[in-house]
Amino acid sequence: MPGRIQSIERAAAILRLLAGGARGLSLAEISRSLELPKGTVLGILRTLQHVGFVEQDPESGRYRLGGGMLSLGTRYLDGNELRTRALNWADTLASRSGESVRIGTPHQGRVLVVHHVFRPDSSRQTLDVGTLLPLHATALGKVLMAFDPLVTPLEEASAEEGPVVLPSYTRFTITSPGELEKQLEEVRDNGWAWEAEELVDGEVSLAAPIRDRRGTAVGAIGVRGAVERLRGPDNRLDMEQVSYVRDAARAISRELGATPY
Amino acid sequence: MSQQYVAAIDQGTTSSRCILFDRDGRIVSVDQREHRQIFPRPGWVEHDADEIWANVEVVVQNALEKSDITPDQVAAVGITNQRETTVVWDKETGEPVHNAIVWQDTRTDDLVRELGGTEGQDRFRAACGLPLATYFSGPKLRWLLDNVDGLRGRAERGEVLFGTMDTWIIWKLTGRHVTDVTNASRTMLMNLSTLEWDSEILDAMGIPASVLPEIRSSSEVYGEARGYLSGVPVASSLGDQHAALFGQTCFDPGDVKGTYGTGTFLVMNTGTEPVTSENGLLTTLGYKLGDAPAVYALEGSIAVTGSLVQWLRDNLGLISTAPEIETLARTVEDNGGCYFVPAFSGLFAPHWRSDARGVITGLTGYVNKGHIARAVLEATAWQTREVVDAMNADADIELTTLKVDGGMTADNLLMQILSDVLDAEVVRPMVAETTCLGAAYAAGLAVGYWPDVETLRANWHKAAEWTPEMEPAVREREYHNWNKAVKRTLGWIEHDEK
Repeated sequence: MPGRIQSIERAAAILRLLAGGARGLSLAEISRSLELPKGTVLGILRTLQHVGFVEQDPESGRYRLGGGMLSLGTRYLDGNELRTRALNWADTLASRSGESVRIGTPHQGRVLVVHHVFRPDSSRQTLDVGTLLPLHATALGKVLMAFDPLVTPLEEASAEEGPVVLPSYTRFTITSPGELEKQLEEVRDNGWAWEAEELVDGEVSLAAPIRDRRGTAVGAIGVRGAVERLRGPDNRLDMEQVSYVRDAARAISRELGATPY
Repeated sequence: MSQQYVAAIDQGTTSSRCILFDRDGRIVSVDQREHRQIFPRPGWVEHDADEIWANVEVVVQNALEKSDITPDQVAAVGITNQRETTVVWDKETGEPVHNAIVWQDTRTDDLVRELGGTEGQDRFRAACGLPLATYFSGPKLRWLLDNVDGLRGRAERGEVLFGTMDTWIIWKLTGRHVTDVTNASRTMLMNLSTLEWDSEILDAMGIPASVLPEIRSSSEVYGEARGYLSGVPVASSLGDQHAALFGQTCFDPGDVKGTYGTGTFLVMNTGTEPVTSENGLLTTLGYKLGDAPAVYALEGSIAVTGSLVQWLRDNLGLISTAPEIETLARTVEDNGGCYFVPAFSGLFAPHWRSDARGVITGLTGYVNKGHIARAVLEATAWQTREVVDAMNADADIELTTLKVDGGMTADNLLMQILSDVLDAEVVRPMVAETTCLGAAYAAGLAVGYWPDVETLRANWHKAAEWTPEMEPAVREREYHNWNKAVKRTLGWIEHDEK
């Protein structure tokens, strides 16, 4: 029986590492984490890049999983299927939170709303399934970006030379990519995201990731409502609402085959 | 504060479930367990009633324990059940004398023809609201009396009891032998006006009255549970479709609910007088709350709706999961001239033509799989339109809102098409489990957990709503085309091939 091939084991370790590092990793970070010489790592990275399993960001030079890796062994999760599996849990979330619920998936640099449950009161509301929302100004979008390295905001060409411009919707919208990146780091630590009046004045949204059986974030579920209802007097978020959202996200993830730990 | 919850037991065709609800009608806990489908011969379907009871005991206990709820926190328990499924058991030992005969079972095919005699399938319709058909319990009970050794003698000596699944569960829970008006209305043995067993029908079918349970309202305390739920009042019984009508808070005449699953069940509240259908619908009970007058309903069911989507998945392989039908259908703007009438085993309400078979029509070289997917979704909508038109004609009430539930309501495109072809609002309630909710509501009302139906109405919230967007001229044209397609299904079977 032939022995194991060391370079394939190392390649697998690199891929695993990249799968965990949401925003991509530098050569130095990878070599430090795996305690391997930079030269060795670079050789493997170039090979993986050649077969499409790894991509290098042209701006930052960071490495991340390539499209070829993501399409391997995965069946694309249909938005309509996600809605079907999430239906009961989204209803429960709306009913517990008293707010409207949306489920979003990434779609060409934005959030596609694939499911919407009305706020449980008698007010007139319109279904907005199919709407596209900006990634950087919604809790759904922040979750999607934080937990999937390939989800990045739609880049709008700026008039002057310069970095990515994040469009502003209110005076609270985060327009600096650096600041956004800092926030996403927090989102990854917390396991959920929120946003206060960054898209619409007077509205707060919060969201948590929906994961499939491989642990990949395939969507996000969250609530949106008036700032007076969702934010406590001390300017902090109502943590009970956070637990409702996270419960729903976990329940749907379980429905998709994710293990709860 | 100790009695915070109401439990609903849903004894269904494939599984038994228990759901606990809180005062706002929200789901607190769920447990479910499937039972075996027994197929002794082609066309025969049976359930083991003992297995079902064992499952009910397990799901009740699990549902409570999952959420750390103790039996003394449960204010009442309600029952909803698969309708018509028939079981007979020994009064002393509680042992079933035979497997339960399930509603889908067609063994009574020849028997119902014989019972119709010269008057045909409508022989008992004026009294009980139903045509003679294999679904209903009366003929199934007669079959058992004729075919189980010595059963007729035991029945005449009062040694055995008959029940639909509600009766079986309530008897097991409390020792009382009762049923409610909705379940009794599906036996063919109850007189619709008196709400008592009809002695003429009993004589004609050869059924001794001594085996029958007492007919009670849908919402009253039948007795206290023994065993695990010891002391909890058993306080409602509603057949599944009737429970869904109640859970959708269809309390006013003209309110219609549609449950969209493999088949579709439409039920319209017609008020406190039974409406005789001129258009092929069934007259049935909606519900009866305690001593209040009974509320009647018209029912129209559609055999093939969700199962057509499954057919597209399993038999044609055009999609890999049922929800993908929406994705595929959205790849095109319209049906491309294609219509699909799924008369797989004939046409049911309102046509009732057993000589019909399915067609896909209007095909040209232009039609692709997206158009066929659209035609599949539209088939559910147009079949609904046919039943709703019949209801409007019979009850002389115009539908304005259709309250929907069931698995297919996750399909937003279907819901929009439904609204378009009905020219009515389509509304999905927040709690999709309307069947269990209805049983819980009826039980909670009986013990005063909820004060009145107005409180229940206030609990009802829209989760989503679709409004008509189709031009009237387009609707007319499409309905015309659908009707042309329906005509093409007729007369395919040219003689009785039995």
